[in-house]
Amino acid sequence: MKDMDDQIPRTLPIQSATFSNPINAEIRRAAATGIYDIRGGGAKRKVPHFDDLLFLGASVSRYPLEGYRERCDTSVTLGTRFAKKPIVLDIPVTIAGMSFGALSGPAKEALGRGASAAGTSTTTGDGGMTPEERGHSNKLVYQYLPSRYGMNPNDLRKADAIEIVVGQGAKPGGGGMLLGQKISDRVADMRTLPKGIDQRSACRHPDWTGPDDLEIKILELREITDWQVPIYVKVGATRPYYDTALAVKAGADVVVMDGMQGGTAATQDVFIEHVGLPTLSCIRPAVQALQDLGVHREVQLVISGGIRTGADVAKALALGADAVAIGTAALVALGDNDPKWETEYQKLGTTTGAYDDWHEGQDPAGITTQDPDLAARLDPVEAGRRLRNYLKVMTLEAQTIARACGHNHLHNLEPEDLCALTMEAAAMARVPLAGTSWYPGKEGF
Amino acid sequence: MQTYDLESEGLRGLNSTLQKQSGETNQTNWQVINPKGSHAIAVGLDAPIEVTVKGSTGYYCAGMNQQATIKVEGSVGPGVAENMMSGQVIIDGDASQYAGATGHGGLLVIKGNASSRCGISMKGIDIVVHGDIGHMSAFMAQAGNLVVCGDAGDALGDSLYEARLFVRGSVKSLGADCIEKELRPEHYEILKDLLDRAGSDAKPEEFKRYGSARQLYNFDVDKSAAY
Repeated sequence: MKDMDDQIPRTLPIQSATFSNPINAEIRRAAATGIYDIRGGGAKRKVPHFDDLLFLGASVSRYPLEGYRERCDTSVTLGTRFAKKPIVLDIPVTIAGMSFGALSGPAKEALGRGASAAGTSTTTGDGGMTPEERGHSNKLVYQYLPSRYGMNPNDLRKADAIEIVVGQGAKPGGGGMLLGQKISDRVADMRTLPKGIDQRSACRHPDWTGPDDLEIKILELREITDWQVPIYVKVGATRPYYDTALAVKAGADVVVMDGMQGGTAATQDVFIEHVGLPTLSCIRPAVQALQDLGVHREVQLVISGGIRTGADVAKALALGADAVAIGTAALVALGDNDPKWETEYQKLGTTTGAYDDWHEGQDPAGITTQDPDLAARLDPVEAGRRLRNYLKVMTLEAQTIARACGHNHLHNLEPEDLCALTMEAAAMARVPLAGTSWYPGKEGF
Repeated sequence: MQTYDLESEGLRGLNSTLQKQSGETNQTNWQVINPKGSHAIAVGLDAPIEVTVKGSTGYYCAGMNQQATIKVEGSVGPGVAENMMSGQVIIDGDASQYAGATGHGGLLVIKGNASSRCGISMKGIDIVVHGDIGHMSAFMAQAGNLVVCGDAGDALGDSLYEARLFVRGSVKSLGADCIEKELRPEHYEILKDLLDRAGSDAKPEEFKRYGSARQLYNFDVDKSAAY
């Protein structure tokens, strides 16, 4: 009997799906420090995304364009509604707003160089416009944020467009954050703040509340800039139909809709992961609002949040967007989370691909830092070249798909070119589940 | 004196004309008649000219002003002199909310009362209010001086940075991290100068000073080295 007792199978250790190791580690970290986890980047949780859509391609019912030779245009004009000087871009992929402060000077310069070489725009961030980024950006969008750090009419008039930031996808309803480690003398001076403080920006604008006020604010900005440049309104994706409609009503030339995969330089992890909508789910409602108001294509829609490839670009445009914006992907192209820094990532307690403590200013790649030695690691010319190449590849990929679907301009892509792999994606993108003519919410199944 | 009839000639023409003035202009005195509560009057100016608005205005009068002196013979709507960089804006009547919001420089004088959020997020502007101010004034104020000859409402100076607040009357309540501070000789000098320039007969010694306790400047982290 003793031998048999020894052979009784033992219950294997089972990890809780609810109290998983990462969850327990976060509980222990919170217990030790008394502060919520702060990090950079966007939502890491898996949500329905562009990967859940497929293009149908040409067949008997549609014929393709010659993949390598026939013309397939990529240009886009933003701000055709009211601005005297709309922005004309060669490609429909723009660089999203990222501040000097969050990023190093060389990183901002590299973004300007790469975007300009690719024929697109880049965008300032919370902290104002630096001469370096203005000088290296052929087309520069000036963000008008709740903090108004560094905001002045002279820089406003140097901008090619103004983006009124109501929110961003990583933290809709939240303000910016830049911790003391990154508040250098220059950053502090630009923001009129003491050096070394944990700077937490306001979450809403100081001098307007609601869409009726926003309309008057837009009037003021147009009066100050002689109605020359487009005015964008950027929102974090939460109520895309109504926010788009209200932005149009307030007089926006362009609506920028940022999904929850969109990155931030720093905010609470709980905010990033638990507030906002997946990018995929916000495009069709925003387009619907524009169509209902009769301004689709007259008011342009820019989509951001997790755009990584030319396929993502093509899918966003097929769902009705006029252009996309990239942030995190652009940083990766510059060199963020590059495996060549693995040893240093491990010293920081992380690994390649997972490094997101951008707020600490210790970025081995020299991008999300104000440390002069680290920042010097990034060659802005070389990094700019890498970004240009990446933007070129995204464009080529999108063109490849568009031609395969028979379109001679990326903007001719349409929802009918798509199907969905999952019920969730079908419902969010309002395109048929693969192999069917139906999606959830559509009548007449 | 150049006269511009806003009602008949329109807002675009007014701002375009005033914005074209340079330091060399000999047309240094302007008056705007029939403002009738219009928004964005005399915004984005950048010349040492004097503009008098003969009546009350709507939102954002004198927004982002540089160099110009703008007088309003009436009351103003929300956001007067928002983000002002330099120059002077003088209001004969009352001001609605957000007066002087985010202003970087210059002097804003309100001879009546100012509503809520006066001086919100101010970044170096000087504001003198002859009357009272409303709640949440100087919220997140970063730099500059706010002088209140009357009373202040609830939550004065909430989440304040380095702006100085001077109040002669009562303060209904202080906001988070805002405390009363000692009035030192240099503050009397600042007050005397601002009161003189604002045409107030109040005495510096009648005021109390409020500023940041600086307890919210950094996150409160236990064992911060481990974080």
